[in-house]
Amino acid sequence: MKLRNLSALAATTALCAPMALAADMANEMTLVSWGGAYQQSQLKAYVEPYLEMNPDVTVVWDESSAEATAKLRAMSEAGNVTWDLVDVVASDAMRLCDEGLAMEIDPDEDLAAAPDGTSASDDFGDLLVSDCFVPQIVYSTTFGYRTDLVGDTAPSSVCDVFDLEAFPGKRALQKRPIDNMEWALFCDGVAKDEIYDVLGTDEGVARALAKLDTIKDSVVWWTAGAETPQLLADGEVVMGSTFNGRLFSAIAEQDQPIGMLWDMQSFDLDGWIVPEGLPEDRKARVMDFLKFATDTQRLADQAKYISYGPARASSAPLVGKHEELGIDMAPHMPTDPANATNVHIYDYEWWADNRDDMDAKFQAWLAQ
Amino acid sequence: MSDTTDTGPVLAADGTPLKRSLARALRMQKMRALALIAPLLLFVLLTFILPIGDMLFRSVENSIVSETLPRTTAAVQTYDADGGEAPPESTFDALAYDLVVAAEKKVHTRVGSRLNYENAGISSLFRKAGRKVDDMGEVYLDQFVELDPAWEEPQALIALFADPSWAASAGGEDEPRFEYSSAAAEVLPGATDAYTAWARTIQTEDQDSPTKEEPWAPVYMALYHDLADNPDAASAFEGDTAARLAAAAAAIQSPEWQTMSTRDAFVDIDEDWADPEVWRTIKTYSSKYTNGYFLNAADFQKGHDGPELRPELQRIYGTLFLRTMIMSLAITVSCIVLGYPVAWILANLPSRTANVLMILVLLPFWTSLLVRTSAWKVMLQQQGVINDVLVWLGIVADNDRLVMINNQFGTIVAMTHILLPFMILPMYSVMQTINPSYLRAAKSLGATNWTAFWRVYFPQSVPGIGAGSILVFILAIGYYITPELVGGTKGVFISNRIAFHISQSLNWGLAAALGTILLVVVLLLYWAYDKIVGIDNVKLG
Repeated sequence: MKLRNLSALAATTALCAPMALAADMANEMTLVSWGGAYQQSQLKAYVEPYLEMNPDVTVVWDESSAEATAKLRAMSEAGNVTWDLVDVVASDAMRLCDEGLAMEIDPDEDLAAAPDGTSASDDFGDLLVSDCFVPQIVYSTTFGYRTDLVGDTAPSSVCDVFDLEAFPGKRALQKRPIDNMEWALFCDGVAKDEIYDVLGTDEGVARALAKLDTIKDSVVWWTAGAETPQLLADGEVVMGSTFNGRLFSAIAEQDQPIGMLWDMQSFDLDGWIVPEGLPEDRKARVMDFLKFATDTQRLADQAKYISYGPARASSAPLVGKHEELGIDMAPHMPTDPANATNVHIYDYEWWADNRDDMDAKFQAWLAQ
Repeated sequence: MSDTTDTGPVLAADGTPLKRSLARALRMQKMRALALIAPLLLFVLLTFILPIGDMLFRSVENSIVSETLPRTTAAVQTYDADGGEAPPESTFDALAYDLVVAAEKKVHTRVGSRLNYENAGISSLFRKAGRKVDDMGEVYLDQFVELDPAWEEPQALIALFADPSWAASAGGEDEPRFEYSSAAAEVLPGATDAYTAWARTIQTEDQDSPTKEEPWAPVYMALYHDLADNPDAASAFEGDTAARLAAAAAAIQSPEWQTMSTRDAFVDIDEDWADPEVWRTIKTYSSKYTNGYFLNAADFQKGHDGPELRPELQRIYGTLFLRTMIMSLAITVSCIVLGYPVAWILANLPSRTANVLMILVLLPFWTSLLVRTSAWKVMLQQQGVINDVLVWLGIVADNDRLVMINNQFGTIVAMTHILLPFMILPMYSVMQTINPSYLRAAKSLGATNWTAFWRVYFPQSVPGIGAGSILVFILAIGYYITPELVGGTKGVFISNRIAFHISQSLNWGLAAALGTILLVVVLLLYWAYDKIVGIDNVKLG
């Protein structure tokens, strides 16, 4: 609504004030991201091109995505939001949206349509899991294993993680209930589409924890995504879950003897939110950037730098080769058909409701 | 001699009594001292005491529920939460009126998140209901409009609900806040309330004027209920308004008039709205202040008959508090054991050598905490330096390497190392002040080395141990990065949970309650220390 008004206004006043629109935009933008290789991919794929088009603009990075929810709430309570665009995972975006800390975004108004004219809402499709969230990438939490430490037969199913006889040794799992509970139930014989129904009951939780109990003594729990590749490289664990991009860089960039286990990989999303309550000039600038940074080509470009799948359907055919290694990126994408034969679809709504409750139970189980 | 027998007050040079003059001089001195520290005092107050007080206050503050859902919280006060049934229709009506305002202000999901901490699932109930609640009562809106299209006209509704003097000044720029007419409030209380809520909400949220907009559907629902309760309402009005009201009052009596149930409408959105547990949660957390966070922090929950212990599967905080205390104590003791000899050597070396060695103590102090913690990972892990050496020496078998990290041992080792300088420095500065001739004197009087140390030297060094212990213990109790990285599952502290609730779950009330308990425990220990050892006995140098 507002943008349409603005552009109508700009069109009508185009003759007398051709620069009205640009002058109304702030020239400094604070982007919040995760740091490391991921932030680098954003810098290369869309921030640098945008700065080339808009030489007046300066971008400040803040590597605070991991604590974004808490910091944003504190800023909002202090009445001084200094961030313009924040990169968060989908579940955090939902929480921020619920708390009224993120602005609602209308995909068809605020985002670019696909080159073939498909509207943004259709192009992103089901990945628009929250009213405030613009997804950039699909990543997955999946397993890597040490090819030289697992014996002659490599693990081929997520349930091999729970099989201490065939694959003795330690495993690395993330220190949170999400994914682990689902994998445990799946390997305890629950059908994939019934996982959340079962997990919603006390018996289901007990069942999942009982399954995890069978390997509890052999688990190293990680909190930072970099831990599993390190633990695998050190030989501390024989297999472990982490984000697929981390495993890709351990395998392709560092030549570690690590194999990918894509079975029951858990898809998740990462994307942008715009904080609520930005002044008009900063908002205009950030919406302008957002529209550019989430268009089809830009999201496809990002895949040159990191092995995460673009969130737009129209970007997938444009994914090319790795910028430095020159290898084809498509087979390393979690969304590649060969990798996505058995995928675990994470239920955002369910976890938004049950995250705190489940976390208390999970942590109590861990502490036992 | 007569002077000395004079019992009158001693006078100062200017004739005022000396006592008063002295008191004034002292007061002046105190004021001057106060003025000198005033900037610091103000700074500490503003940047330290007030924020901490604000954070602690959150542990009992709960106004979000009653502020966002004022009508609902009033309605559930009479609801029998243990009766096993959902509340009556009127409570659902109240919820609809509250929720439509909250959804417009986009705060309904906040109250949902708040209640979700107590009862998993409520957050999506509010999220879903917020999307659809402004359609609730549409069936009434349609029928009113069918009866007379004027029911949709903003001006006709202004004539009905608005205070005439407000209506006179409305419509322009800087429209004053909507005021309802007292006549309408008397005969149509529910509708006036709903209309007022709508009018004020669009004024503040969208900068719209009620003179130009149509109200949302729940207003018509309220109007229907009011007219059903009071069919004679038209008599309080005049002209067109009275005629329209009379016609409407007659129409709703007709058998063709369609009604709806808000309860069914909510249950259609999500069947859990009929769940009495949801309503019990709303009722339990409807007051402005709550002890719920503290109960949670102590592994309790609000049950049907007052506070009850949580199911065993969910008890966690008691264990963590106890573990934090015991492990912090273990860390403090190992710091004393390791630090005492080091401080003794430093204090007894010539100052030149001591200064060089001091750098070795301080060096880790200047290294990043994360680097030191990660270094311990490299040392302690199963494929790490220590295990490799032990295997090479043949002390442990290759397939039976020691587990020294991701458990309590790892946490204690890493934290002892990190906190050691805080123990050594106060000990060293106290030991420096101990005169070595005391030891020589004791020995010359026939004491053995041990007796001289234990009876003469050690008692004088106790203030240093006290100061170091307090520093180390209090720092240890609040640590969370190191336990998180090397603690595994059994070596994490309560502070890890506080950090989780601050940064992940955003349940700041619970984090504040946990923090308050931690603070009180530390103060109690401090008090106990004062009683047993005496706080005067602590020296930093």
